[in-house]
Amino acid sequence: MRPLFKFHGGVHPATHKAESTRTPIAQAPIPSKLVIPLHQHVGNRAVPVVQVGERVLKGQIIGKPEGRLSSAVHASTSGTVNAIDMQLVAHHSGLPDLCVTLIPDGKDEWIAHSGVDYRQTEHTDLRHLLRQAGVVGLGGAVFPSDMKSYSHKHKIKTLVLNGAECEPYITCDDMLMRERAADILRGAEVLRELLYAEEVLVGIEDNKPEAIAAMQQAVLDDKHAHMEVIAVPTLYPGGGAKQLIRVLTGIEVAAGVRSTEMGVQCFNVATAYCVWRAITFGEPLLSRIVTVTGNVEHAQNFEVLLGTPVDELVALAGSKPDTDRHIMGGPMMGVDLPSGSVGVTKATNCIIESSPKLFPPPPPALPCIRCTRCADVCPAELQPQDLYWYAKAKDFGKTQEFHLFDCIECGACAYVCPSQIPLVQYYRFAKSEIWQREREAQAADLARERHEYRLMRIEREKQEKAERLAQKEKAALAAKAASPAPAVNPEPALVNAAADPDDTLQMRIDAAVARAKAQAATAQPKNVNTLTPQQQAEIAEIEARRAKIREMAAHAGADDEPPKSN
Amino acid sequence: MWSSPFITQPSSVSQIMLRVLLALIPGIALYVWYFGPAILVSIALASVTALATEAVMLKLRQRPLGPFLSDNSALLTAWLLALSIPALAPWWLVVVGTAFAIAISKHLYGGLGNNPFNPAMIGYAVLIISFPVHMTHWITPHGMGGIELSFGEQLNYIFDGVLPDGLKLDAVTMATPLDTLKTQLHLGLSVNDIRDMPIYGYLAGKGSELVAIGFAIGGLYLLSIRIISWHLPVAFLASLFATAGVFHLVDPAHYVTPLFHWFSGAAMLGAFFILTDPVTSPTTAKGKLIFAAGAGLLTYLIRVFGGFPDGMAFATLLMNICVPLIDAWTQPKVFGKKGDSK
Repeated sequence: MRPLFKFHGGVHPATHKAESTRTPIAQAPIPSKLVIPLHQHVGNRAVPVVQVGERVLKGQIIGKPEGRLSSAVHASTSGTVNAIDMQLVAHHSGLPDLCVTLIPDGKDEWIAHSGVDYRQTEHTDLRHLLRQAGVVGLGGAVFPSDMKSYSHKHKIKTLVLNGAECEPYITCDDMLMRERAADILRGAEVLRELLYAEEVLVGIEDNKPEAIAAMQQAVLDDKHAHMEVIAVPTLYPGGGAKQLIRVLTGIEVAAGVRSTEMGVQCFNVATAYCVWRAITFGEPLLSRIVTVTGNVEHAQNFEVLLGTPVDELVALAGSKPDTDRHIMGGPMMGVDLPSGSVGVTKATNCIIESSPKLFPPPPPALPCIRCTRCADVCPAELQPQDLYWYAKAKDFGKTQEFHLFDCIECGACAYVCPSQIPLVQYYRFAKSEIWQREREAQAADLARERHEYRLMRIEREKQEKAERLAQKEKAALAAKAASPAPAVNPEPALVNAAADPDDTLQMRIDAAVARAKAQAATAQPKNVNTLTPQQQAEIAEIEARRAKIREMAAHAGADDEPPKSN
Repeated sequence: MWSSPFITQPSSVSQIMLRVLLALIPGIALYVWYFGPAILVSIALASVTALATEAVMLKLRQRPLGPFLSDNSALLTAWLLALSIPALAPWWLVVVGTAFAIAISKHLYGGLGNNPFNPAMIGYAVLIISFPVHMTHWITPHGMGGIELSFGEQLNYIFDGVLPDGLKLDAVTMATPLDTLKTQLHLGLSVNDIRDMPIYGYLAGKGSELVAIGFAIGGLYLLSIRIISWHLPVAFLASLFATAGVFHLVDPAHYVTPLFHWFSGAAMLGAFFILTDPVTSPTTAKGKLIFAAGAGLLTYLIRVFGGFPDGMAFATLLMNICVPLIDAWTQPKVFGKKGDSK
């Protein structure tokens, strides 16, 4: 038995996983339309490369990766591009983003594709294949996998494969491991190659015995060396990458530190599966397993084409009429979707149909009594009661002193709070305020620098002008000295001015032109007006999210007491 | 839009406070057994006063009555204060103390969760400073062979200040075991002589030592259901024991045993119910140890060298003052940053 380590805190919410694991993964039918966002990953949004009205094939790239950190987006089935426009997307901002709307033709006709043998292929090419196949982290972080499979900077000892799936209700990884263990581990082998890792540790919470057995069997069947499937204790948030790394290796990866710096890299099991499909069969990431559960007739896992509208997906499981919202993800960290029309993305691991009965709104919050139950369960070992206190007081400097940015927003603190304070909302509020202030400070710094530079330039130009004038005088004097001198020597400056009035005027005009030119040259690149549309969109998105969080915080009782009853 | 987490554990402040109240019951039962039902009258009086004061203050502060009156925190303050003052006290003593605790030391500081000082201990401090004589008449325990008042006679005294004909208050009350010890030591008696007096039992005062054990049992219940953490009671009792032990070892004739201090006065009540008030104690584990150890030391010093019969209340209040500082100094290292020098 491998010795396991513990992380601080954690909670044991009711798992509700049995509901959706009774039947195997079902293939969701091709929906009436697909709404495929071009920004389904961390990094730059993919750039659309198709036209409205164009027929596309299954697996055809419709958005190409832009810049170093980006990933491709594909047509999930064959059909016609109906629109490329801003639509609501499944994202916590609740804001619209650029999407390709595809009307499937029902033929599901593949584009020509073929795989490679990863052993015979250069690592650079493998990474390029992953990028072109749109493979990103499917655990929810959606970080492009090609960017995570480098090992040139740090020696990677351990590749952790995350099958913990600690959030209640979600069972997509569980079912994937039960049904497709072999391909997951083959994908892990590819990643191990890319990272030159010595060992692969697969961490699965011990409430998934079937998945553990299937994965262990697959290790034996394929004779994977350096690979071990390990049951870890069921404890939320044990599936957080940092928590799982801690449990399996004892290494604590601090906030702001990359795990690779400490010799560990972590991938989700579903990501490993997609890596295998992409490399060996040339199949890009077109679909994923989604758990549909909660207020439904029969909770189940579906293999869903990316872009499938959530409404059409939940209908397959028989969403009940009193459903009032769709939650993407689990009940601890999930996102309340802005609409049922949004398309399933690479980050959509679970849709929980929510009703007031299933997730009743919390009672009004009482004041904090400093009972420190939150600190007892915080996996980041923070003092949530102090963070709350300072966030409420808008003392953002103090929140940073108390390590606000080490908070992983797992929600364990709010889960146990006897005063029912929506703690995580306060932390999100404080974080967004701090980001905003930093942006403002940066803008102010830029403006100050520009201003100082301008003053400096004006000063320099004055000096240059004065020097030029002085030289002219000298020259004039020298000329006078050379020529037969008159009896009385008049004041030199006067002579100069009288001698050539046009010259100084021209000089002034030249200086003004030069000044204007210099100003244009220095101001232009730094100016906020020259942001790319994407940057502007990002700023707008951040702004809107802040406004939303502020509003939520206000509703959540930003006042120190609950709303008055009368 | 609603934001995560969407589920919470079914726990509430009201439930926590209710469990603490329940944990007081073994101690109260033993109290009634040895000292008669007068304490129940004080508890009831204090409870009514606390709830009424709470309601008035909430109204004045324009806060909703429902959630706050049902949080049970005012009741807890009331019970702790009633248990800290003599059961056979005139009714207005209880009312004044409780009203002060709730109105001044709780609501003027911002109500639940915002008071820096333990309200019950503030109530006690106000009473012992303002009405020291009334605070020294403790009922003589049952089984001492003295005169025992019936419940009706106790009620008569509490509400009308009238005792049965020919009976003086001194005949039915006494100073506390701690107080008696101090007085007798001043008169030149040795600890051994004093301990032979009939008011003393095996560990400390007859009757009161068992009440203390009752509170300890309640405290262990709170520990077992994790409403309180072990740091506070353990550090307090250890510190009190160690301090008393050193003095006792050096001069046993003048300094009583550590066990005597444990089971006298408010030590057990304090260790498990007063210091453990989360609002007024530190939040960090290390901070709790420092806070409670300081309270143990101060309790001993005030008991032995101070002018008051017990030291628990002032020790608690003095340590309450230090809480923000203790918290600031004892911030633990966070995940992944334990190796850092800072």
